[in-house]
Amino acid sequence: MGRKIKSVIFYFLCLVSTILCLFLLGILIYHLFIQGKDYFTWDFLNNFPSRFASKAGVKPGIYGTFYMMALTAIIAVPLGISTAIYMEEYGPKNKWMNLIQINISNLAGMPSIIYGLLGLAVFVRFFGLERSILSGSLTLSLLILPVIIIASQGAIKSVPQSIRDAGYALGARKFHVVFTQVLPAAIPGIMTGVILSLSRAIGEAAPLIVVGAVGYISYLPHTIMDGFTVLPIQIYNWASRPQEEFQGLASAAILVLLIGLFSLNFVAVYIRERFQRYKDND
Amino acid sequence: MNSIQENLMDSKRSIEDGRVSFRLFFNKLLERSINFYLLACVSVTVLVSSTVIFILGKDCFEFFSQISFFDFLFGTKWEPLIEPRNFGVLPLITGTFLVVFGSILIALPIGLFVAVFLSEFSSKRFRSFIKPILEILAGIPTVVYGLFALTFITPKLKLIFPEIEVFNALSAAIVVGVMILPMITSLCDDAFKALPNSLKQGAYALGGRPHEVVIGIIIPAASQRIGAAIILAISRAVGETMAVTLAAGANPNFTLNPLKSVQTMTSYIVQVSMGDIPAHGVEYLTCFAVAGLLFLITWLMNMIGAYFIFAKGKN
Repeated sequence: MGRKIKSVIFYFLCLVSTILCLFLLGILIYHLFIQGKDYFTWDFLNNFPSRFASKAGVKPGIYGTFYMMALTAIIAVPLGISTAIYMEEYGPKNKWMNLIQINISNLAGMPSIIYGLLGLAVFVRFFGLERSILSGSLTLSLLILPVIIIASQGAIKSVPQSIRDAGYALGARKFHVVFTQVLPAAIPGIMTGVILSLSRAIGEAAPLIVVGAVGYISYLPHTIMDGFTVLPIQIYNWASRPQEEFQGLASAAILVLLIGLFSLNFVAVYIRERFQRYKDND
Repeated sequence: MNSIQENLMDSKRSIEDGRVSFRLFFNKLLERSINFYLLACVSVTVLVSSTVIFILGKDCFEFFSQISFFDFLFGTKWEPLIEPRNFGVLPLITGTFLVVFGSILIALPIGLFVAVFLSEFSSKRFRSFIKPILEILAGIPTVVYGLFALTFITPKLKLIFPEIEVFNALSAAIVVGVMILPMITSLCDDAFKALPNSLKQGAYALGGRPHEVVIGIIIPAASQRIGAAIILAISRAVGETMAVTLAAGANPNFTLNPLKSVQTMTSYIVQVSMGDIPAHGVEYLTCFAVAGLLFLITWLMNMIGAYFIFAKGKN
């Protein structure tokens, strides 16, 4: 009898924990929505930041985030996919490659703020790129590079060996097999990984604060050498002020950010479900 | 298909004629240059880590030529920005420890329970509903969690502990716990999945109830990878920045009281960065010294965690 009660208690503990996760997400979004809904207006999307809460907006943040994301994607995606191709298809399987693999997973686990200091020392100071969109994007590119590599490796790995063998059997050369057979088959998986890693880059504030994004900006950036702000930094700026209106503004900005992130995630999941032919074992 | 046939004919002709055809030469060149280009891309990752080590090493060296290593590591006062300056990193360490320890205390049991629920009790449909929820929780930006801690968790905690400060370690710990929960769940879930099915079936066949099977068989068998999950989660929590900065404040208290405001290693770096850092002042160097310590801690933990995951365990 005691056993039965224990197993019922155990089941309920597991169930309650799982429902707690749902509840947490729900309350998080609900709380932010309630706090930010009054500030979430058309003016809010179209105004520049201001000392007055009623006039403040996130326009430069939205533009900055878009520029930053585009530039980061241009830099990091080709680099990441190429690295993954070498690691999976070209590279010898020896201890050096093993070390590089360990290095990549270590980079993926490195705190983002250290990437910020790296960007500050290398791009801002050493290369003299100043506190610009370019410095920020280069920093974010390095941050998401390991994530893109690992995701792409997974996608390439999941393409069955038989496809490669068939290519070679027809007398194709290695680059033919890799670039016309393996890579196209892996593209949906790679895309999903890329989008998810970009959505991580969008939410990052810490490295950009170190690289030197400014909280208050009264113009839209025109070139990649201009100063910048992004949504998360705007949010941080507002959130760290004691007045209640600014917390409301922060919540409204979070709603903008979350809408962007959720639509990106939706696209990623859609691509995964719709186009991916070969899946990992998970 | 056409090109392949041509290829074959080319090589045939070149063998017959005894001369290397242009096409063959071109293909070889292409293969070589692709290989070279890809290798260059790979070397970027190596370059990144060596640059990080070089920069942190160089500035730490410069820092420790001015401040004694002993004072840094065992000093209990961290006041690097105001005179008289004190460079004892212990308050930052205890602050970080407080947040990390609390977050693990919250996330580990819940994460394990969720992983158990997913692998033992849940239907496939419910599982495919919960997994994306966890992914969303993991994908929410940390600054969002920071605001949530500040405007939701702290006021609720104030109802229980009236003496709590506006910025406090407890709310930071709770919110970081929520952030690392999905990571612990998915790593534990992987750990359970990696076990042979026969193990579980055998235990059930002997008449074990779920709690007995899980506690007696599954968790011990997966203990190595659960350990790895904990270590990787700790490493993530140590490096966590924005949520902690917003929730725990910027007050380097040498305390283990979770109701007080504390400063972590990461939030110190943010605090200095929010002001403009002069390139060669001692503030600039303290940042890199703290970052060096942070790098060392997270790097060690990641290595240990990876070792546990990939080591050929006895399960």
